[in-house]
Amino acid sequence: MKKFDPKLISGIIIIILGALAPWIISQYELSLLGRFLALSILAMGIMLTWGEAGILSLGQGVFFGLGGYALAMHLKLEGLNVANGDMPDFMVWSGVSALPKFWYPFQSGIFSIACVVLVPGLFAAGFSWLMFRRRVGGVYFALITQALALAFSTLLISQQSLTGGFNGLTDYSTLFGYDITTSEAARVIYWVTFVIVVIAFFFLKWLLGSRYGVMLRATRDGENRVRFLGHNPVPYKVVAFGIAGALAGIGGALFTLHSGVVSPALVGVVPSIEMVVWVAVGGRNILWGAIAGTLLVNFAKDQISSAFPSLWLYGLGALFILAVSFLPMGIAGLFRPGSGEERVMRRIISRRPLKTAE
Amino acid sequence: MAIPAPILMMENVTVDFDGFKALTNVNLEISPGALRILIGPNGAGKSTLCDTIIGRVRPTSGRITFKDQVITALPEQEIVRRGICRKFQTPGVLPTLTVIENLLIAGRKDRSWWKTFTHKAPKDELSIAEDLLEKIGLADRRDFMAADLAHGEKQWLEIGMVVATDADLLLLDEPTAGMGPTDTQRTAQLILSLLGKHAIVVIDHDMSFVEALNGYVTVLHQGQILKEGTVAEIRADPEVTAVYLGRSDDDDTAEA
Repeated sequence: MKKFDPKLISGIIIIILGALAPWIISQYELSLLGRFLALSILAMGIMLTWGEAGILSLGQGVFFGLGGYALAMHLKLEGLNVANGDMPDFMVWSGVSALPKFWYPFQSGIFSIACVVLVPGLFAAGFSWLMFRRRVGGVYFALITQALALAFSTLLISQQSLTGGFNGLTDYSTLFGYDITTSEAARVIYWVTFVIVVIAFFFLKWLLGSRYGVMLRATRDGENRVRFLGHNPVPYKVVAFGIAGALAGIGGALFTLHSGVVSPALVGVVPSIEMVVWVAVGGRNILWGAIAGTLLVNFAKDQISSAFPSLWLYGLGALFILAVSFLPMGIAGLFRPGSGEERVMRRIISRRPLKTAE
Repeated sequence: MAIPAPILMMENVTVDFDGFKALTNVNLEISPGALRILIGPNGAGKSTLCDTIIGRVRPTSGRITFKDQVITALPEQEIVRRGICRKFQTPGVLPTLTVIENLLIAGRKDRSWWKTFTHKAPKDELSIAEDLLEKIGLADRRDFMAADLAHGEKQWLEIGMVVATDADLLLLDEPTAGMGPTDTQRTAQLILSLLGKHAIVVIDHDMSFVEALNGYVTVLHQGQILKEGTVAEIRADPEVTAVYLGRSDDDDTAEA
């Protein structure tokens, strides 16, 4: 290796910076970064389904919520003596007489963590299998997932006594017996999130580079051609959607841990659409673009919505329109060698060729 | 008579699109390893006939048997797995995949999805794909994205993909559409070199191409078989001349 690979170098720098972030940025910024990194795990899933498999889902909030609620249910039960008839606070307020049956298994941390991954993953896989095997796709699929997001948030709100209703589940203090409200705990939770982001990133890189990844792109490019070469396209799409669901669930659980709350407002139609915008802005065919887009849009949201609360939604809409019309490959597309956007950027920035990724 | 049992048999196949009969009582037999050329004016039902064989269109009545098994109601991918593969009229290559990836996908012997979580294609499949790459003349385009190929190259790539499936019956829908005379002749040579191992049905408008192939011709007209015979016989047939040959070749591309 005589020449330095800029991709490798920037990757190493980002990983080092990410690991050292707790000492570089303020505690408030760290908590934001942790939250947004959790969201970027979900965004990588959208990159997989939307970018690589061509399946637009407007209901990723559902899988995010399933993961978030699975962990939050455990957090609510920690420290309670269930056998003694203890119940989470909101149930007491709602006048529930006994802990509902389906809450019992969530006393186990292991079970809850398994649920964080498996419930959204399997639900996404099963749901998409029902759709794809009937050849529902494209806009129809997007609309159905949107309806699913609406139904899910409505269900959560209506079942006040089981789910905490509109307020969701909040106010937890320990996980596996550790206090999660201290600043050391915040740091540990950040690192856990960061490591999971890195693992998810390399897992997806491996997956997309495999023959499965090729089949997935083939299905996106020409589902009929794939079918008439003797392949059944359904399982490839179902696996991608299931993995995206599991990633959304993991993101939801980590986000819940960071923010201390999971509520219907985080899982409904609007947040689900926002999730798609992150990826559209970042670049839906480039894995790091999904992460970058999530961080960028969310930090912008944090800044703009605290300064001008009413402006954010317009800003988001404008951002989406700009990204779709001028940067179909997102921000990451600016750096993809040979892309039209990269050429334009070169021309804008300098007359000399830029030294971007190899 | 020592005629081998046909590999494909269509018996009284009728396709009715809400009252419009795209095919009426079509009977067709294809022998193993043999060439059949399908001609006919636009809207004669040539593409519908291919669609019906591969299961994209289901016959309203009638029966299709392949290797002595009825395939009329099988799922599309199952029909392909039995050994029929089709090249579409507009090139159906997968644009964001490289040329070799296109061939490898087509040439997968084990089509189970759970066996795709590896990075390398099986050695034998790779060598078959590389050989095909030579044969279709795209060896120097191996790692090009299929979208970046010239039109004729896309046609060859798709022929290559169809061959890579190692199907016993290949359906080639207008393999020379959009090609110049030199490429057309090359395509004819390519197709002739595949005979024997594969039975091939070719749809085309271009009479010079049909003559270069010089196979047994079936003429379709308004969803029915008008005539069958050698190229010379068809050329000499007054009925065929009236419905088809008399017309110019300017209607190559309109049919979808």
